[in-house]
Amino acid sequence: MQAKKRYLILVSAGACLVLLLFLGGLPVPASRRSQVQRDGHRPGPRWPRFLEHLQPFVPWDQTESEGYIAHMSARQKRDASSGLNQGRRCRMDSCFDFSLCAKNGFKVYVYPQQKGDKISESYQSILASIEGSRFYTSDPGQACLFVLSLDTLDRDQLSPQYVHNLKAKVQSLSLWNGGRNHLIFNLYSGTWPDYTEDLGFDIGQAMLAKASISMENFRPNFDVSIPLFSKDHPRTGGERGFLKYNSIPPFRKYMLVFKGKRYLTGIGSDTRNALYHVHNSEDVVLLTTCKHGKDWQKHKDARCDTDNAEYDKYEYKEMLHNSTFCLVPRGRRLGSFRFLEALQAACIPVMLSNGWELPFSEVIDWNTAAVIGDERLLLQIPSTTRSIHQDKILSLRQQTQFLWEAYFSSVEKIVLTTLEIIHDRVLQHMGRSSLMWNNHPGGLFTLPQYSSYLGHFPFFYAPLGEWPTHSKFTAVIHAVSPLVSQSQPILKLLVAVAKSPYCAQIIVLWNCDKPLPAKHRWPATSQPIIVIEGESKVMSSRFVPYSSILTDAVLSLDEDTVLSTTEVDFAFTVWQSFPERIVGYPARSHFWDANKERWGYTSKWTNDYSMVLTGAAFYHRYYNYLYTNYLPASLKSMVDQLSNCEDILMNFLVSAVTKMPPIKVTQKKQYKETMMGQTTRASRWADPDHFAQRQTCMNKFASWFGTMPLVHSQMRLDPILFKDQVSILRKKYRDIERL
Amino acid sequence: MCASVKYSSRGPALIPRMKTKHRIYYITLFSVVLLGLIATGMFQFWPHSIESSPEWTLDRRSVHDAPLVKLPVSSPIPERGDLSCRMHTCFDVYRCGYNPKNRIKVYIYPLQRFVDEVGVPISSTGLSREYNDLLSAISDSDFYTDDVTRACLFVPSIDVLNQNSLRIRETAQALAMLPRWDKGMNHLLFNMLPGGPPDYNTALDVPRDRALLAGGGFSTWTYRQGYDVSIPVYSPLSAEVDLPEKQPGPRRYFILSSQTAIHREYRTELERLKEENGEALLLLDKCSNLSQGMASARKRCYKGQVYDYPQILQESSFCVVLRGARLGQATLSDVLQAGCVPVIMADSYILPFSEVLDWKRASVVIPEEKLPEMYTILKSIPHRQVEEMQRQARWFWEAYFRSMKAIGLTTLQIINDRIYPYAARTYEEWNNPPVVKWSSVSNPLFLPLIPPRSPGFTAVVLTYDRVESLFRVITEISKVPSLAKLLVVWNNQNKSPPEECTAIDGLSLDQTHMVERSECINKFASVFGTMPLKVVEHRADPVLYKDDFPEKLKSFPNIGSL
Repeated sequence: MQAKKRYLILVSAGACLVLLLFLGGLPVPASRRSQVQRDGHRPGPRWPRFLEHLQPFVPWDQTESEGYIAHMSARQKRDASSGLNQGRRCRMDSCFDFSLCAKNGFKVYVYPQQKGDKISESYQSILASIEGSRFYTSDPGQACLFVLSLDTLDRDQLSPQYVHNLKAKVQSLSLWNGGRNHLIFNLYSGTWPDYTEDLGFDIGQAMLAKASISMENFRPNFDVSIPLFSKDHPRTGGERGFLKYNSIPPFRKYMLVFKGKRYLTGIGSDTRNALYHVHNSEDVVLLTTCKHGKDWQKHKDARCDTDNAEYDKYEYKEMLHNSTFCLVPRGRRLGSFRFLEALQAACIPVMLSNGWELPFSEVIDWNTAAVIGDERLLLQIPSTTRSIHQDKILSLRQQTQFLWEAYFSSVEKIVLTTLEIIHDRVLQHMGRSSLMWNNHPGGLFTLPQYSSYLGHFPFFYAPLGEWPTHSKFTAVIHAVSPLVSQSQPILKLLVAVAKSPYCAQIIVLWNCDKPLPAKHRWPATSQPIIVIEGESKVMSSRFVPYSSILTDAVLSLDEDTVLSTTEVDFAFTVWQSFPERIVGYPARSHFWDANKERWGYTSKWTNDYSMVLTGAAFYHRYYNYLYTNYLPASLKSMVDQLSNCEDILMNFLVSAVTKMPPIKVTQKKQYKETMMGQTTRASRWADPDHFAQRQTCMNKFASWFGTMPLVHSQMRLDPILFKDQVSILRKKYRDIERL
Repeated sequence: MCASVKYSSRGPALIPRMKTKHRIYYITLFSVVLLGLIATGMFQFWPHSIESSPEWTLDRRSVHDAPLVKLPVSSPIPERGDLSCRMHTCFDVYRCGYNPKNRIKVYIYPLQRFVDEVGVPISSTGLSREYNDLLSAISDSDFYTDDVTRACLFVPSIDVLNQNSLRIRETAQALAMLPRWDKGMNHLLFNMLPGGPPDYNTALDVPRDRALLAGGGFSTWTYRQGYDVSIPVYSPLSAEVDLPEKQPGPRRYFILSSQTAIHREYRTELERLKEENGEALLLLDKCSNLSQGMASARKRCYKGQVYDYPQILQESSFCVVLRGARLGQATLSDVLQAGCVPVIMADSYILPFSEVLDWKRASVVIPEEKLPEMYTILKSIPHRQVEEMQRQARWFWEAYFRSMKAIGLTTLQIINDRIYPYAARTYEEWNNPPVVKWSSVSNPLFLPLIPPRSPGFTAVVLTYDRVESLFRVITEISKVPSLAKLLVVWNNQNKSPPEECTAIDGLSLDQTHMVERSECINKFASVFGTMPLKVVEHRADPVLYKDDFPEKLKSFPNIGSL
């Protein structure tokens, strides 16, 4: 036998052996491997499979619950339960009278301030914010919610701000009614050594809007947890978040930082006392100091001197700006100032405050903006934060900025958020969904009465994976002068707009003192013309959300606007790409006038703009609703009295919502001249007072918003191939280039 | 098997030609192979079966084999549940430990049959089918561990799903006898039907120390937010009836009421609504003429007309789910399964899984008091919203209601999310149906930010060795003030650049190049499942682009003049 064959057989036999072991032997280790878990433990028995037919947990004839107490009326039962559920067990069902809100909607009454009552700055801001809001009423008969003018913010008996005899003062209020439908604001309660959450007076059935409230004392869907804010917190507007741009990868110089007081003994001292275990003076910098209070030297422990030395080496601001995560451990009370500081600084808060009901937890999903740690697991915190993926960090960081600007940056926002949360409960099924609260632009700008369907708002198209529902628009022409000749610009405008294939209908808003012209005076158009007579003939009526507007897109026009059909078509296609912004033609700009220390308004040809006037602009109809229902009466009446500035106010509003500039589209040149006030006709644009008024308006609006919401842009959107060196026949929007 | 094949095909052909010495040698070799086969077989079946005998016998076992445990009368009773319990006070987080998978370990006590001193069992049904399903599901899941020392959460095998079948005192004693009970710390009880006549309490009446309760029918006064879990009442119809998903849209009826045990007052009010709105409402009740039996549970009647339940639910846009004696109703599950939008009227009821599910997107909650206004309230909801809700309702059923497994694992996931909040499932993961997850765009940079000029931008230039044009690009780009960094990606692997690629035009006119790029687009679109690119007709230009305006006053004068 040849060696070759011998080897062949040997090899084949060997191969068979290997194959055999593979087929026969492998399943055993393989099945073991799948059962052996990573920790090396092999699970034994699982839950057995039983042989017999088991009984269902509820017999089929009892699937509908029986034994209903038929003799007791449902109403009686409800009343009985509300009698039982008082005090600690208060809920909206048992301690709130919804009927007060049924008549006049959600109105808030603030008690008049009594002479001699000392009111802290912070509480002044709270009251002023309510009085400046659209919820305010001065008539207690119309009110649904009552707010005391007695300062209840600081209930720490050792504090100089503490108001004495509150109990008697509250009881003597004629409208108190056992605290029913009252809202009490509080920042500090209890004092050394136990820091209880008792306010020191009987709050009866009143709701609490309280900082540092614990889960045990928090009455869900009744109380509101608010953030702790300092007395320097701005009343309106407030600073923007510190994040100016996203950096990728999102890691900063430090991983985790903290700098604050250490309490050596007593309530809340454990966590801060243990921080030094985690501190590594490299990327985890947790600094504490014992140096606070008068006699700190007396109580100091062995670590104090080294801690204090380390503490002075770092600057808090520098750490805040350069850290990915910021530790927010509890203080004596559960909440601390560190929370809002971290949020604003885009430093992701790492909460170490067991049992703290986080601010506005009823509506805010804090897992999207903070890391909620457990004080008991302090030593795991560094590894936990390190395990968070950078995509998550990027999104957490952005969410801190969104939440800061939407709900926390000013006292007014904190107060309005509190009121809106209660408003949502009153609206019941109509209230905002979690999506509205946790997505840009936030709950304060998303009015649920407009629609419960997200797709009806301009902001949620992308999250829903949708696009504006109607591919058509409604034109609203604001008419102020009587119809005298057939060559009036308004008639030309009507014809031009009606020719657009995207036009669904045209509404003429007749704000002229003369009576309505006869029907036949209007040109015959393929699209219906609806004439609405403005009831009070005021400027603001052009932004009323008329029920006859059925499309998402609104084209707002002045009567003297000159537009061609092509321009309308092009602007509309641009708007479809930017449904949340104002898209239109006449652009204006604002600037800061350093000499006069005020905002200035300019209509000069400049390289940038921050407003697109509503004389010829597309916007989402939701902004009509927002203009009419969100803005306070004071601003709207100012516009109506001046008969001016309504377009500026609309731009302020939309930019405040979107945080983005409007969009200017290209136009034919003649139009621009009309808008520059160079027409022969006496229009309101030619009046020099008109221009001065607009400067005043700008400043008035900016002060109400608390900040300048307008954003500059250097971009104009032109049709593709606009003024390019190609044949005009290849261009879709030719007319725009023709002068 | 391989060996035998070799024998029959090749063996006989080879063996006769061999010398005896060799033959013996090879026979020995093959015997070794054969022995190996036998040994492997033995190894696989024999020793293995010894090792895991409990598993094999356990897997098919009778309930009656479970050990009998006699409860002494004097055996301790746990305290009533502490209403102030929260995760940080009544739950021992150290048992869960740090684990890189962020997953809790759940231990299930082996089945025992508890009886009192006289020998009467503590429960009339014993282990129910549903609780058995629930425990099997947990035991088959990633949460399960059989190692009691490693467990973070303990699930007793004492079935307390239905309080009606329990002897309260004895059940409590049985719980306290569990070896790891330790004041109920880290124990999880599942209960769907709490309370009993006449009061029908909204939480299980069995004293249970600090145990967590997954309960169906909590009210706001008994639910310990952030500690207990509100679960649905399982409907057996979920398994028995197969209702295909129905496309959202308008239905034959607007409102349908199918519950049979509705309070008299509410039924009167519903009838009044029916008089006002006629055909839009359908009020069903028990069938009086049908013989009692299993079948009658699947029928509903209106004025002698018989309807199939739950199929009829699919014929309505909205379905009423009114409280009965208890707050939690199994009807809710049937209604969701049918893709009908539940109109929930049960004041103070904590909706199932409300900690994570956004019920506003799938249901309408109306106070009982407003029952007379139900029709107007529902009419005011936009059509699109109703369709969304119908879709959402069905998705909730599919994901969280359809089986005891779904209910059990969702409960564990919720507790898991509390213990590892930084790894918790997001709102979108809980609430968005899979369809939406794919079609919606979630921009990772969602914050509206206009970046300042200061950090500038990084230019990335890809080059294939076209040095001349590369230099031209670099010179031009480096003039830009906002340029922070310029990165050149040298993409030339074999040094010799193709001749025709020297001009940019040449590249784009190259036919194969365009074909390749079209293929790319199709390939990408198929991977994305949709075409993410959108066509627009606009282009961004500087504000005064090509306007009749002095060039030197323009911000970007060069762009228009190029």
